[in-house]
Amino acid sequence: MSPGFDAEPFLLSFRLAAVTTIVLFIVSVPLAWKLSQTRSRSKPFIEALVNMPIVLPPTVLGFYLLIGFSDRSPIGMFLKEMFDLDLVFTFEGVLVASCIYSFPFMLQPLQSGMEQVPVKLLEASYTLGKSKLVTLLHVILPNIKPSILTGLIITFAHTVGEFGVVLMVGGSIQGETRVASIAIYELVELLDYGTAHIYSLILIAFSFAVLMVVYVLNHRNRTSG
Amino acid sequence: MIMVVASLKKRLEGTDGPFLLETDVAIVCGGITAIAGPSGSGKTTFLRMLSGLTSPDGGRLEVDGEIWYQGKTGKKPQINLKPQQRGVGVVFQGYALFPHLSVLGNLLYASRDRDMAEKLLNMVGLQQLKHVRPSNLSGGQKQRVALARALMQRPRILLLDEPLSALDESMKAFLQDELLKINHDLGVTILIVTHDSSEMYKLCDRVLLFEKGRIVADTSPRKLFVERETTQKFAFKGEVLEIRAVDAVYIAVVAIGNNLVEVVIDLDEKENLQAGDFVIVGTKAFNPTVRKFAARDFDFSRL
Repeated sequence: MSPGFDAEPFLLSFRLAAVTTIVLFIVSVPLAWKLSQTRSRSKPFIEALVNMPIVLPPTVLGFYLLIGFSDRSPIGMFLKEMFDLDLVFTFEGVLVASCIYSFPFMLQPLQSGMEQVPVKLLEASYTLGKSKLVTLLHVILPNIKPSILTGLIITFAHTVGEFGVVLMVGGSIQGETRVASIAIYELVELLDYGTAHIYSLILIAFSFAVLMVVYVLNHRNRTSG
Repeated sequence: MIMVVASLKKRLEGTDGPFLLETDVAIVCGGITAIAGPSGSGKTTFLRMLSGLTSPDGGRLEVDGEIWYQGKTGKKPQINLKPQQRGVGVVFQGYALFPHLSVLGNLLYASRDRDMAEKLLNMVGLQQLKHVRPSNLSGGQKQRVALARALMQRPRILLLDEPLSALDESMKAFLQDELLKINHDLGVTILIVTHDSSEMYKLCDRVLLFEKGRIVADTSPRKLFVERETTQKFAFKGEVLEIRAVDAVYIAVVAIGNNLVEVVIDLDEKENLQAGDFVIVGTKAFNPTVRKFAARDFDFSRL
């Protein structure tokens, strides 16, 4: 390996992606369930809001998060005073930003999976005396395993591939916010192309492997189901 | 003892505009009641209002002395028990078995009572298949699982929405016996949506005939089919497939059940008929014969 190689940015990327995925899964399951069940007029509004990161340039999101997190904004002040939490240029800040940024990638597969579960199954569960929560845990989730898997993998991979938001909110602090994608950017700026190649090839291999897994699983599910 | 008193209203969208489903019936404890009528007449909605899956617009539903629904049209109902609180056994059209659970798992999901599950599986003859997933079962087997699952929480009322329509004759007969047994042994009051007149005759002590949201007949199957129709005439509904001229007369080919019948018609009748029309073909039967159905009789329903 090149003398400049350092595994830390990768470990940081994977740690960020793992925590983001877990947090988003916990938040998305109830929200996707609500959205799949509701016929309320506020549904398109909520859907548009949480899916905005798909179309928004990461810099826009990062810019406003940076302003919002700064200790001159009410939110930043509140977090600082109440929890002694600083979200600018810290891992926690990048985590919050990437949770917002990757939200649609977890929510969409879960919601569309839930919408495809036949209503009859839910009604059968209700007539058997089971609450909505029991139905969600024991009927819905076991029947949308492919969607759950897609959501988990895509969210993880998308977070690893994040660049703009992390750079805006986190900067490039070693061991704190310098994730793999940012490390590559810095290496190129320093003209260390050798190390940049190694980092980049690792990410290419990783992305390909992840997408392979998703498509193999989807295919297997379609042929067996 | 009266089990169910349902005077319920619900606006429904029909194929030719909206209509009002309005029921006013009392159903006694322990019987089997058929819900019959053309499709789109409100039968399924009636069952769904009993189970709590569909909210009526207004009216009152009382079961075993307990009020399950009470409300006025246009207002929030004063009382409206959730399906979970009603404990009604429902067997859906299309069975609605949980695909990720085995046969036994489907039963145990309803209630963790293992003894009850084993007992019901024995009763419907599915002991051997208890670890099999629903996707590997035949239609008749799925239906039996759905029935057993609905009985797991010992419901007082069992609602069946066309439970046997997709099954072949022998499986139908088997499950009809099963339903009679369940009704008799467990004392469950059963309401069953069915189009099959022999099924109504065999199973039910009462038929509610729905038409455009109203109950137009409330009688016993015997009165509905036999006492009214026992004449020396045979009359069958059929569909005209073609009309052709043969010499001076016309011959209509009519499909009646599994048979194709050629009927001679005259010019006047020919003017009024065309292929695709539904007709009643009747004749006086002076000496009808009855013979047991045998293997040599080709049965088109098996196709």
